[in-house]
Amino acid sequence: MKRLRSIAIVLFALLGMALWGPTARAADDTIKIGYIDPFSGAFASGGDASLKMFQFIVDYINAKGGALGKKFELVTFDDKLQPAEALIALKSVTDQNLPFVMSCVGSNVGSALIDAVNKHNARNPDNRVLQLNCGQLATELTNEQCSFWHFRFAGSVEMRAVARIKSLPQSVKSVYLLNQDYLFGQSIEKDTKRFLAQYRPDIKIVADEFIPLMQIKDFSPYVTKIKASGADSILTGNYGPDLNLLLKAAVDSGLDIRFDTYLAHVIGAATDMGPSGEGRVTSVLDDHENIPVEEHNADAEEFFKKWRATHDFMFIAVPSVTQFEMMVRAINQAGSTDAVKVAQELEGMEQKDLFGVTSIMRKDDHQLLYPYYEGVFTKDVKYDAEKTGLGWKTEYKTTVADETLPTTCKMKRPSS
Amino acid sequence: MQIGVISLLDGLVYGMLLFMLASGLTLILSMMGVLNFAHASIYMLGAYFAYQISRWVGFWPAFVLAPLLCGATGAAIEVWGLRRVHHNGHIAELLFTFGLVFIIGRAVQMAWGMLPLPYRVPASLDFPLFSVYGENFPAYRAFMLLVSAGMLFTTWLLLKKTRIGLIIQAALTHPGMVSALGHNVPRVFTIVFAGGSLLAGLAGVIAGNYFTTESGMADAMGPIVFVVVIFGGLGSLAGCFIASILMGMVQTFSVAVDWSFADLLSPFGITLAANDLAGEILTIPVSRIGPLVPYVLLIVILLFRPRGLLGTRET
Repeated sequence: MKRLRSIAIVLFALLGMALWGPTARAADDTIKIGYIDPFSGAFASGGDASLKMFQFIVDYINAKGGALGKKFELVTFDDKLQPAEALIALKSVTDQNLPFVMSCVGSNVGSALIDAVNKHNARNPDNRVLQLNCGQLATELTNEQCSFWHFRFAGSVEMRAVARIKSLPQSVKSVYLLNQDYLFGQSIEKDTKRFLAQYRPDIKIVADEFIPLMQIKDFSPYVTKIKASGADSILTGNYGPDLNLLLKAAVDSGLDIRFDTYLAHVIGAATDMGPSGEGRVTSVLDDHENIPVEEHNADAEEFFKKWRATHDFMFIAVPSVTQFEMMVRAINQAGSTDAVKVAQELEGMEQKDLFGVTSIMRKDDHQLLYPYYEGVFTKDVKYDAEKTGLGWKTEYKTTVADETLPTTCKMKRPSS
Repeated sequence: MQIGVISLLDGLVYGMLLFMLASGLTLILSMMGVLNFAHASIYMLGAYFAYQISRWVGFWPAFVLAPLLCGATGAAIEVWGLRRVHHNGHIAELLFTFGLVFIIGRAVQMAWGMLPLPYRVPASLDFPLFSVYGENFPAYRAFMLLVSAGMLFTTWLLLKKTRIGLIIQAALTHPGMVSALGHNVPRVFTIVFAGGSLLAGLAGVIAGNYFTTESGMADAMGPIVFVVVIFGGLGSLAGCFIASILMGMVQTFSVAVDWSFADLLSPFGITLAANDLAGEILTIPVSRIGPLVPYVLLIVILLFRPRGLLGTRET
């Protein structure tokens, strides 16, 4: 019996080594990007959705030739939305000498990564890594925390806030602010108030409320409060259950109010909102699948059709397409994946996005500047979201100039 | 006043839902000494099973079948899992149920995907029942209240008026003696575990379409249910009931409380600014930290009365 057990142990060890070997050894003919996001646990749907969109984008870019004759490859790491886990993943990234690290979900993770990458690059000038931020939106990351090694390819909270406030109809005279109590939600609240004061001083803020992240199951007491306040609109950065349950509670209780949101378009939201969202929910989007129809852009429409053929949710990563197009040019121009050279090519770069609009990677703070679309969730569209029969329709579009906001960034540049 | 009436009803509904979940857990904990981490996972399974069955045959068959399936799952876990691990001690049982959480969570994600499911309230119950001060009280909430009250009554009936209930009650506080008297205590354990799982599954069925059905729902419900069980006390369903209603009310009413502790102090002439640590903590409005209050209550009860409100058994 004991002998059998030892044989079994040895066999399993060999099996483990055999399976481990090929995947761990880095092939030299691809440009690898370490991609850190939550792939398990409660936030796995966000990471999983991003991964699918990025795989689609990488295939699209590789089909066009990649960079320096090499294809891109994503190497994934699960951080379970914990900054501590993300730092462990970063260690793996640098141990494997991957030139780029990318992360989309969770501004708390993004913030931790900026600090860690700064420290790592200072201590290891021969193994530097560039941080590509594909969705961590807190404004602070390109202001107080800005870093030469960090590039943000997603609109910051303040960029979205500009679109959010400017698109509010004149009929809205009072708003109820409701946000999640963490870095992102607080960032939303701060910028919403700032731009309300700047662009719509006529609007009265009747309440400014925070809720703990993903804790509340029963929003009916909040609905009671909102109704008592008499607000015209709920201005919220909530997403996931925090948005969907709030919407359900409002609809069930018969509260007829606008939901002017920031993130009602992310994956799963359309399914959760269902018909109850029709006509009353608006959001500010980087893109949606009906824009090519509205702008008569056949190439972009083809891109989305190809996506819809194999995926059940909306593609919302057009800025990420721009990200990869920029990276291809930067790596080609730099002639290598060296962090300093690529960064110097990337900053200040201008690139036409999928819709033909010129996006700018601003040199001062490494923030990508591009226009925002404010849309309403409605039946009256060609392409629906998540097979619900309802989709997004543009009501308002900002310009790159609108989105070019002042920054407090004082970037320290490397001398070498 | 407006906030009062509807909030009372809402707190009651939420409290009863918590009770449905916590009662099964407290029975299992009291009798077997096993803290069943996977209880909230079975709640999640109830919602997912109900969604799937209602897609095939409709909501009402799902309402009956899904809890039964969960009960069967619970029985299977007990017979093939816990019973084998039992002789290795409490820690081993704990680790086993803890591992189950991950397995069930991942299995659910693999089977149904990571996104929330369109498990909706049936059309027959989707209307406002009555209106108070212009705010509707949905019929489905009344249904939830009815189901939880009915389940409470049935459980009470079963425990107090049947023979098996008598044995279960005895085994709650004196399992060793009950076994010595010749009753099949392992089978009683299986029945209780299956019953607890059935209750958790039923809670999932009626809550899954009202609150969203997604793979994070077990993690969201789990902690508050433990708080209720510990607060109510081991071996006491009455304590569990009081604790559930209390927690439900606290969670609901704290939202309406917009003042902070600093405001309590201001009539005494003590004003606090929010720029030092103490000031910052005390100027937070209660509504912002509402969901934290049950955990504060948990700490308080553990400090002053570790056996819980009406606990009858020390473990």
